[in-house]
Amino acid sequence: MNSLNIKKFDFVSISIVSLLIMIGLVNIYSSTYFDNMSFFSFKNPFGKQLIFTLISLIIFLFILVSDDRFFFRYSSIIYLIGIILLIAVLIFGNEVKGAKSWFSLMGFSLQPSEFMKPITALALAKYLSNINSDLKRKSIQLYSFLIVLIPIFLIIIQPDPGTALIYFSFFFVLYVIGLPSTYMNIFIWLTILFITTIVVGKQNILFIISTLIISILLIYIYRKLSFRKFLFYGILSLIFILCVDFIFNEVFEQRHRDRFDIVLGIKEDNRGIGYNTNQSQLAFKSGGFFGEGFLKGTQTKGDFVPEQHSDYIFATIGEEWGFFGSILTIILFTILILRMISRANTNRNIFNKIVIYSVASIFFFQFAINISMVIGVFPTVGIPLPFISYGGSSLLASIILFGGYIKLDSVKKEKW
Amino acid sequence: MRDKLFQIIVIIISVLLIIKLFDLQIINNNSSQILERASIQKVYDFPERGYIYDRNKKLIVYNEPYYDLMIIPKDIKISDSLSISNEINITSRDFLNRLNKAKKYSAVKPSILISGITKNEYANIQEKLWKFSGLFIQKKSKRKYNFQTASNLFGYISEVNTYEIDTNPYYRAGEMIGRQGLEKSYEKVLRGKKGVKYFQKDKFNRIISKYKNGIYDSLMIPAKNIDVTLDIELQVYGDSLMKNKFGSIIAIEPKSGEILALVNSPGYDPSLLVGRDRSVNYNNLNLDSIGKPLFERGLQGQYPPGSTFKIINALIGLQENVIREETVFRCNGGHFYAKNAFMKCHTNLETYTNLNNAIYTSCNTYFAKTYKEIIENYKTSSIGLDKWKDYVTSFGFGNFLGYDHPTGKRGFIPSSDYYNRWYKNSWEASTTISNSIGQGEVLTTPIQLANFAAIIANKGWYISPHFVKNIENDSIDKNYKKIKKTLISEKHFDPIIKGMIDVVEKGTAQNSKIKGITLAGKTGTAENFIKINGKRKQLTDHSIFIGFAPAEDPEIAICVFIENGYWGTRWAAPISSLIAEKYLNRNVERKWLENYILNGNLKEEYMKPYIYENFTINE
Repeated sequence: MNSLNIKKFDFVSISIVSLLIMIGLVNIYSSTYFDNMSFFSFKNPFGKQLIFTLISLIIFLFILVSDDRFFFRYSSIIYLIGIILLIAVLIFGNEVKGAKSWFSLMGFSLQPSEFMKPITALALAKYLSNINSDLKRKSIQLYSFLIVLIPIFLIIIQPDPGTALIYFSFFFVLYVIGLPSTYMNIFIWLTILFITTIVVGKQNILFIISTLIISILLIYIYRKLSFRKFLFYGILSLIFILCVDFIFNEVFEQRHRDRFDIVLGIKEDNRGIGYNTNQSQLAFKSGGFFGEGFLKGTQTKGDFVPEQHSDYIFATIGEEWGFFGSILTIILFTILILRMISRANTNRNIFNKIVIYSVASIFFFQFAINISMVIGVFPTVGIPLPFISYGGSSLLASIILFGGYIKLDSVKKEKW
Repeated sequence: MRDKLFQIIVIIISVLLIIKLFDLQIINNNSSQILERASIQKVYDFPERGYIYDRNKKLIVYNEPYYDLMIIPKDIKISDSLSISNEINITSRDFLNRLNKAKKYSAVKPSILISGITKNEYANIQEKLWKFSGLFIQKKSKRKYNFQTASNLFGYISEVNTYEIDTNPYYRAGEMIGRQGLEKSYEKVLRGKKGVKYFQKDKFNRIISKYKNGIYDSLMIPAKNIDVTLDIELQVYGDSLMKNKFGSIIAIEPKSGEILALVNSPGYDPSLLVGRDRSVNYNNLNLDSIGKPLFERGLQGQYPPGSTFKIINALIGLQENVIREETVFRCNGGHFYAKNAFMKCHTNLETYTNLNNAIYTSCNTYFAKTYKEIIENYKTSSIGLDKWKDYVTSFGFGNFLGYDHPTGKRGFIPSSDYYNRWYKNSWEASTTISNSIGQGEVLTTPIQLANFAAIIANKGWYISPHFVKNIENDSIDKNYKKIKKTLISEKHFDPIIKGMIDVVEKGTAQNSKIKGITLAGKTGTAENFIKINGKRKQLTDHSIFIGFAPAEDPEIAICVFIENGYWGTRWAAPISSLIAEKYLNRNVERKWLENYILNGNLKEEYMKPYIYENFTINE
């Protein structure tokens, strides 16, 4: 009954993750270092992170020895508990930096939205692993969407758009496992429209011209496009453009607009809102090829990149370990994610497969968005780098996701 | 199938990120940007601004230390603000405004709270400063002047503005830049180059160590002192002569083009434009619309040259061979230069004048006829006039002379195009006859006239007039060594100079003889008009004199220009002679003439148009 099969564990991935956690600890230590810092102390971030690492290890081992069927059986109930926690945090949560996303427990802060990631993955996998769940059917699509959209909605109203953004990785999973390509096309199309609307803004003539050019391009790509579909896309685009324009100008606050404007190059402001990005880019530049060395990063040491031990930790890596360090980190993540996908492909257990895809997709989204943000090609959003960024909830959630992968990956057959 | 797509997307994104990082860390990581990081503190080492000496090595401009009260907004306790503002004598509202302004620049970097604190104030503030956090004193220096003269010539320095900070990478907020005059044109020489040291800071803004052992540091390059061409004694003497008269004196050493004096009247104390009260004082000077002290008449004033311009027509006439020294014209108290157009002349009826005669009596008729002949010597008036213009502009008229001061005007010499536009192609020599006697369209600046005098003194060539004689450990612009030739042959200058000597000897400027020195010159009396409330009104003529001395071997060429002084004889000629005497003998013996000039007051003349509805001119 117990499916503990140590030989089948993916030890390569375990080594990679161990390495990533080490990189994280070293850089958290460096970016929060001050003279006479005590090594193990609850008071400084490094000490806290060390304790969370130990807790993570325990949880990781616990997941490995647990029965893999447990996840399948109880995923619905866990999902419900998760939703309740997300609602509870809106009521009882602690407000930090304007967002109600934290529970305070005995000096520790826990972020339910982080833990909701693996939970959602389980729920989605359970729903779709049902033999009757064919993603070609509209009703199935609708329910799958709901499973993802409910947590997204609850997280957005905290408000924590960064974390909510990661949940869109589930849509990518749905696409990978067979959601009709129409959705993906619409999504790509809307992304293009979104960016052009913001970049081109109110200069309507330019806007119409660019829309026309993109439309013609699309027609060329989808030559089989029927007139009805074309009309559908057209009307959808028009509504979307109006919405984006409205939301961007009326709903977004200036600080949100500024973030987009800076990444899209509309605006330059290195002292105010663009300060983070600018200083972080300078950290990379000063890192050069080999970096300034451990504890020697000038930006890092002076603590000039805000959030440099959490969301912006990659800047520390870039400065102190140079191009070499940043590339190593990217390569480790890439190998890890590619390995997960290829191993999922050979897994014949649909539930396990979907969970692993979800884990890979979540890691991929977080990794890509976080690094893009730190090097200044994506607007500033609060997304940590898995395993590396300071933050207990983030580390625990990442370990749970990873533990889930190792466990379910070791079970390749359909057993029930 | 789509799991392959998933993998491909992961690989593509990773590769893109690596490319971007490669760009950031390997390709685009130039050091100047790295040094802009918030974690690096730059400490500047400013060279002391260069001193200015005169041609005889007398110190004119130097520096005096003063103090700036600096503020670090982050460290200011708001509860202190009332007592701070009391101590430094500003209102607490003003203090909060300045605090906010500083905060906008940076909360952690120091900004100037009050600039230009004197030594005494410094002692006062220093005593109480320890009570407040976030304030400290920074030592600086400001310009100090030994002579209260030539303020527009030296110009002034002031803090760089936002535009200059944005456009010139050298300057940072709070630094000084030369604004006008020589301070501006010799900014780089007088400024030197600041040195910079880079330090590593920690997050509490404390300096930890030198950044990378100082490999990016640069040494300060000291400023250079300059010697100006002025003879400061002569300059100050000129100032005293110009008291209560508006106008300018320019003296040039003909052989070198060095400007010995540039007097602008009314003048002002250059130290008004130093330190804290600069902008208030500047506005006050700017508001003086009658005296216009900021208007450097010698370089910027464009006036009709009057009779002094007759000389150039005589020279062109000789060169063009339309007159000779012996040529005689009849003058009958003037002449009809066209039908029903009579040009008056102050000579007696039925006089026959030769060139020499014409110059020292300043006969209008003679030069009008000469001018007419010059123009009519060619097929059409257009060709003739343009030829005439070529000659005139070869003297530096109608253009900048190339001197090393940032202000100036071109003056105006009309061309055939100008008249074609104006008279729709139907014009001839007689239409433009006023050019012959320096009225009409011709406009010149006093420095052009002074240069003209120098050209006559040199018999046909000049070196661009300039204000700087030496730069410490450096050489001046090589243009100021280059001889520029006019289109007139040397031999034609002799009869002209003879005539100019006779102007003083027996002609229009007999009151300006100097014992033992031959002064050659030419008076001018220029009609001028202004608009008052939209009405064109004639004012008293400008009094002009150009000349040089000693005539045998000229050492000084002079142009004196007195606004509304009437005859050239009345003010300009005597002043010129005094300047020449002072420069050549270092001492003035003709005390009666000196006193007459010193006591001369034209203030009433200048007020006339502003006081009276109707007023008489040329009294």
